[in-house]
Amino acid sequence: MAGIYVHIPFCRKACHYCDFHFSTSLKTKDNVLNGIQLEALQRKESLADQEIKTIYLGGGTPSLLKSNELKDILNAIYVHYSVSPKPEITLEANPEDITDAVVKNWIKLGINRLSIGVQSFNEDILSWMNRSHNSTQAALSVKIAQDAGISNISIDLIYGVPHRTHADWMNELKSAVDLNTPHISAYCLTIEPETVFGKKAVKGEVLASPNSASSVEFITLVDNLKDAGIHFYEVSNFSKFGFESRHNSNYWNRADYIGLGPGAHSFIDGTRSWNVSNNALYATGLKKGTLISQSETLSNIDNYNEYIMTNLRRREGINPKLITAHYGVTLSQSFKDILTRYEASKDLLIAENSIKLTQNGFLLADRIASDLFLTHD
Amino acid sequence: MQDVIFLWRASDRLTVSLLRMKNIRNFCIIAHIDHGKSTLADRLLQTTGTISDRDLQEQTLDDMDIERERGITIKSHAIQMPYKFEGEDYILNLIDTPGHVDFSYEVSRSIAACEGALLIVDATQGIEAQTISNLYLALEHDLEIIPVLNKMDLASADPEGVTDQIVDLIGGSPDDIIPASGKTGMGVEAILKAVIDRVPAPKGDPKAPLQAMIFDSVFNSFRGIIAYVRVLNGTINKRDIIQFVNTKADYIADEIGILGLEMQPKKQLSAGDVGYIISGIKIAKEVKVGDTVTLKDNPCEDVVQGFEDVKPMVFAGIYPVDTDEYEELRFSLEKLQLNDASLVYEPESSMALGFGFRCGFLGMLHMEIIQERLEREFNMTVITTVPNVSYKAYMKKGEMIELHNPSDMPDLSRIDYLEEPYISAQIITKSEYVGSIMSLAIEKRGEIKNQVYLTADRVELSFDMPLGEIVFDFYDKLKSVSRGYASFDYQRTGFRVSKLVKLDILLNGDPVDALSALIHSDNAHNLGKRICKKLKELIPRQQFMIALQAAIGAKIISRETISAVRKDVTAKCYGGDISRKRKLLEKQKKGKKRMRQVGNVEVPQAAFLAVLKLDN
Repeated sequence: MAGIYVHIPFCRKACHYCDFHFSTSLKTKDNVLNGIQLEALQRKESLADQEIKTIYLGGGTPSLLKSNELKDILNAIYVHYSVSPKPEITLEANPEDITDAVVKNWIKLGINRLSIGVQSFNEDILSWMNRSHNSTQAALSVKIAQDAGISNISIDLIYGVPHRTHADWMNELKSAVDLNTPHISAYCLTIEPETVFGKKAVKGEVLASPNSASSVEFITLVDNLKDAGIHFYEVSNFSKFGFESRHNSNYWNRADYIGLGPGAHSFIDGTRSWNVSNNALYATGLKKGTLISQSETLSNIDNYNEYIMTNLRRREGINPKLITAHYGVTLSQSFKDILTRYEASKDLLIAENSIKLTQNGFLLADRIASDLFLTHD
Repeated sequence: MQDVIFLWRASDRLTVSLLRMKNIRNFCIIAHIDHGKSTLADRLLQTTGTISDRDLQEQTLDDMDIERERGITIKSHAIQMPYKFEGEDYILNLIDTPGHVDFSYEVSRSIAACEGALLIVDATQGIEAQTISNLYLALEHDLEIIPVLNKMDLASADPEGVTDQIVDLIGGSPDDIIPASGKTGMGVEAILKAVIDRVPAPKGDPKAPLQAMIFDSVFNSFRGIIAYVRVLNGTINKRDIIQFVNTKADYIADEIGILGLEMQPKKQLSAGDVGYIISGIKIAKEVKVGDTVTLKDNPCEDVVQGFEDVKPMVFAGIYPVDTDEYEELRFSLEKLQLNDASLVYEPESSMALGFGFRCGFLGMLHMEIIQERLEREFNMTVITTVPNVSYKAYMKKGEMIELHNPSDMPDLSRIDYLEEPYISAQIITKSEYVGSIMSLAIEKRGEIKNQVYLTADRVELSFDMPLGEIVFDFYDKLKSVSRGYASFDYQRTGFRVSKLVKLDILLNGDPVDALSALIHSDNAHNLGKRICKKLKELIPRQQFMIALQAAIGAKIISRETISAVRKDVTAKCYGGDISRKRKLLEKQKKGKKRMRQVGNVEVPQAAFLAVLKLDN
């Protein structure tokens, strides 16, 4: 059980909130795509015995690639790895790239799941975030994809947008639910320093929505989607039962994965590595036969901390028995006070086989995870 | 091997024959921080051949790391320099003196061990307050003063102006002042000549009963305590049974000797000599600076005048950050006390901080040094609480209680009145800063006593003020209002009746003992307000609301609220996010580990010293 992620580091323009690795210059595109195929070849031994059950084409904006470019990448993966007969193959797509013909081509390539970057159905918010699509495209693109034959669709939403009224958020949720996709990812707007918003925030031109407002939006989100049969399963992910993202769940299950492309991360056999986040360096390196990357081997404490961090965010929570068996840590002994404190504040539900966050607790997931961390000294 | 032993003995005989008292000169250096004392001292060592150029480490006399970094001498040191002058062999004993007011008693003992003093004044800066008070001490002990104008190589030197200041202070002729530069070596031979010509040879009777004064001691982990002594009368031989008069303890002088660049063992020291005694003592407390050393079988009639049991002036709690490290902290303090007898401590416990120690220090610098040494030499991470001075509570029933800790404050209904220690303070500054320094002094409850123009633009201001006021951010403020052009010195003058109150700080309604302070009631409201504001900045938001209150008794005088964290979760946690996010949360966890849980509030260490940093 393993997954492959492919990072396509190109976008038409920069969204004001995004700090992922991408370039708006397509100069290095051919070299990078070539590099990705070389990397797939170079690393084939590392997942030699494993069946690839999920492939995820993310970015950046992979939907700006032409069909044959996508085909070359998928071919390289199929040639060098043992892909399972029924893989989940997700493509991240921007609404403006979606047409009936394009989607039909994607289907031919084996792509069976789309993650569409809708973000909002509100014209003002879309342009404020510097998105390439408008509100009409936001909804229409989903319908086009569905009509063309892909029903396994996730849409991205952003909440915590400053100055948005509660009524507006309710409208956004209604528009999303009306599209009848089996999966929704909803991300709280985060002002990252190396973004346009980050720079404006320093000057006081953009102020993040107060936490109290985004907390209310989160609660509304969980409740409204639940009413529509779309259930919370991770802090930012909601789905109809059975439509959870298999690829992302793999990360949280600590299964192996390879990340191809500039800046992509891999996790194989307890070692994490990450490729250089520079398109030119990545491409020229591979051309010369070298993958420029760094790596770290996780200690038992690192593994434990990551398990806590990723799994506290999930519906199922963390499993104390599994933690004792895998990491040799007995939570009830090592973190008695902390567990008691968060149980008392109604942020944690503690049972014999699971420790889960409550709905309010999910809003403090990072703080609580950090409190349950072990340190190296 | 035989030859070597023979040589040693020959040199001993040589020493005895040549070192007649008339060829010994004992002198110290009086100078302000950064007036170039250490550099000039190094030049003396070089010129006399005591140290080779190759061995000359910068600032040889200051050998503790902290001393070298801060450019100040904390402990005094001594060094013997042989010097041939006009065909005769001389022994010049240079006794270095600490350069900070916290250690003024040690300065006085160093001065008492000498017959002369070099008064080193930076020709670009002029005389500073600390220099003047040490100069007065030297004059009280009838020391011959040799004024030296240092840093004459600098273009900004003002020899005429500074010469006038010196002549005004000590009289004499401007011609007696030696122009010098530690940097270029200018004037060094003239200084050595002046030491020989002008400093009197020691007086004293080598045949009288032994009378020696301890002017310093150091701890050596192999040899135990090494007492530095000046022999005033009589003679001490190796293996003599000696007695320390004030501690009434007897020891065998296992090893005696003189202080070259390294210790040089000798068989005998006699009147006029400066040297050391090792007698296997393990605890610094047993060797008190200022104590008299004599022979058990033939004791001297009189002790050396001026002995004082040094009393701590500033008290603060020191607690291990990790409560498991209490025993380690105790061990570290024990070790520190071995070579710093002026540090006192006793166990105390705090509701907020658990088990720790109430420590007494000579002053604020001493407190900082101890804290730094705990961290550097013993790898201890500690929380230091707000320091306070020692107050006296006179009870209605007639007894007096000394308060070293706000929590010692008895119930007000039982107290007749309270007293706080006062100092007489001198500040020397440029005339343009007089106004702002006066305002600062008044704000600190000072009373201006005198104002003297040393030159047209240098003024000496004298104040009476409460010692407790200099504990709270006085130095920093003085530095900022004077842009660094002010020097400060003080002497304790006794106690005065004062309206003191205990200011409590409450977190979510519970008083935090480690944040309490004893302060003058006139300042209470203002200080309470500022402390609450500062704590609001320092205490991170937590998942519940925190109420911060300042109170005197049951009366709340100020309140601030730290709102709750409602949300602390990042949006994305996929394959490429996990590593960075884990590291971020690990860092947060480490930061929290350094915080102290008070009730259910996590309080960072800095908060416990908030009261000292109100303006930062």
